[in-house]
Amino acid sequence: MEHYYQPEIECASREQIREWQDERLAKTVKHVYENVKFYRKKMDAQGVKPEDIRSVDDLHKLPFLTKDDLRDAYPYGLLAVPLGDCVRIQSTSGTTGRRVVAFYTQHDLDLWEECCARAIAAAGGTKEDVVHVCYGYGLFTGGPGLNGGSHKIGSLTLPMSSGNTERQIQFMCDLGSTILCCTPSYAAYLAESIWERGLQDKIRLKAGIFGAEAWTEEMRHDIEEKLGIKAYDIYGLTEISGPGVSFECSEQTGMHINEDHFIAEVINPKTGEVLPDGEKGELVFTSITKEAFPLLRYRTRDICILSHEKCSCGRTHVKMTKPLGRSDDMLIVKGVNVFPSQIETVLLNQGYPANYQIIVDRHNNSDTIEVQVEMTQEMFSDNAGIVAEREKKLVDALKAMLGIYVKVKLVNPKAIARSEGKAVRVIDRRNLYQG
Amino acid sequence: MTVKQISVFVENKAGRLAELTEYLHQHDIDMRAMSIAETQDFGIVRIIVDDAYKTSCILKEAGYVVSITPVLAVEMSDEPGSLFGILKALGDGGINLEYMYAFLTRKGGTAYMVLRVEDNEKAAEVLNKNGFRMITQDVIVNL
Repeated sequence: MEHYYQPEIECASREQIREWQDERLAKTVKHVYENVKFYRKKMDAQGVKPEDIRSVDDLHKLPFLTKDDLRDAYPYGLLAVPLGDCVRIQSTSGTTGRRVVAFYTQHDLDLWEECCARAIAAAGGTKEDVVHVCYGYGLFTGGPGLNGGSHKIGSLTLPMSSGNTERQIQFMCDLGSTILCCTPSYAAYLAESIWERGLQDKIRLKAGIFGAEAWTEEMRHDIEEKLGIKAYDIYGLTEISGPGVSFECSEQTGMHINEDHFIAEVINPKTGEVLPDGEKGELVFTSITKEAFPLLRYRTRDICILSHEKCSCGRTHVKMTKPLGRSDDMLIVKGVNVFPSQIETVLLNQGYPANYQIIVDRHNNSDTIEVQVEMTQEMFSDNAGIVAEREKKLVDALKAMLGIYVKVKLVNPKAIARSEGKAVRVIDRRNLYQG
Repeated sequence: MTVKQISVFVENKAGRLAELTEYLHQHDIDMRAMSIAETQDFGIVRIIVDDAYKTSCILKEAGYVVSITPVLAVEMSDEPGSLFGILKALGDGGINLEYMYAFLTRKGGTAYMVLRVEDNEKAAEVLNKNGFRMITQDVIVNL
């Protein structure tokens, strides 16, 4: 039997959803036009007034918003309410350069947590469940989002955060966790560790909600089989709220976007043209219920396909495929966003040449990232200790920038292939994107 | 007083060292001594050769990262205790060693210790005072 958190919303008629969207969009546009100089300037430049946006049909008149806009507006440039009305900040990964800070009023947190509650309910979660959250807590939205969603449902919530696998497994056994929330790679790692210890019969998990990184169907089957659960995908981004922007239902053929809160469009990333259902393009979101940090037509850079086909689960909200790629060069490694430009900045700051190659791979379901850097005359010394020390300094600087361990490999000069024209900076051996 | 040591960066990959030595062989470079310092993913090959200038030129041409360091090459008799004598003299003189390695020559009975220290002059003074002899680059050529 399908579980819902808010059936009257999740299964509302298309007309009803459209009515909510029209009304909320107009209200949000008016709100940001009146309260955020950035939007006022951008809309004025485009010759669009709030009165021009009466329904979803008018959405295309609004300019797009990009991650660069968000970065330029750091920290308060897009804030639409007085700071005193905000109660929380979350932030995207990446400690410099690409930082984005999102603000939440209590109302915003509630709607975000409701979205997560819908995802947990869709995975079969009720107040009788024990929800084991091992997404990271803190600025990262994974932990706080699912934690809040679990509270909304009334489930017993284990705020485990990431790491300490021993303790994760012990609590899972002793406290009878039934729903696991983490990245798919950590789920696979946990599954393996549980089998290694022969504890698979002590585990009472029935479902998992896994997101924040790309994963394949093979990985899903592997996790489902090893843990004896059903594995559900979840999608979201800090800019729009966090996890729960969309989530999978029992049909497992795409993620329902919470359309009462977010309007989704798919565009041609080159021309900006809005594409019809079924066509592959860049996903664009407009949040229509948020107070503190509403974004109009935010370009996610995730490539996907939308479908309004009727779903057997009874939900009526549009479905999106898993991201099928990116329209920029961002990598997601261990759930963390990594831009090659960040790595380049660190290399140059540390005195290394901008000749590098990033190699991303996955071993035993865990991501690895290696940066190959060519040795230079300046960085060389006849003393191995000095060279190793410089190498360690680089590893530390990368860690400070990205928040994850990056293996550094010093290679001979000219060892990195120069291709004609555009340099091949990234080799991703994971083949995560299907379709 | 010093000899020229050439250090070459070599990434840790099968065949890299063979490549380097093959290249030296092709250019007719005669090695007197060699030592390798290795870490997990790279090595530093240090060599003393007959023609340091030519060696560094051809290596740079081939794209190697190379540095030339003046080091001390101390003569010692090829018998037990001679290394101890050198090290004791340096220790008593307050000289810190970064690394060292030894080599023999075709002439029997004499071994050489290559010493890398922070201050060559100071170390040479201490060694001289204790009766040790150091060879120069010209001597290396004819060894």
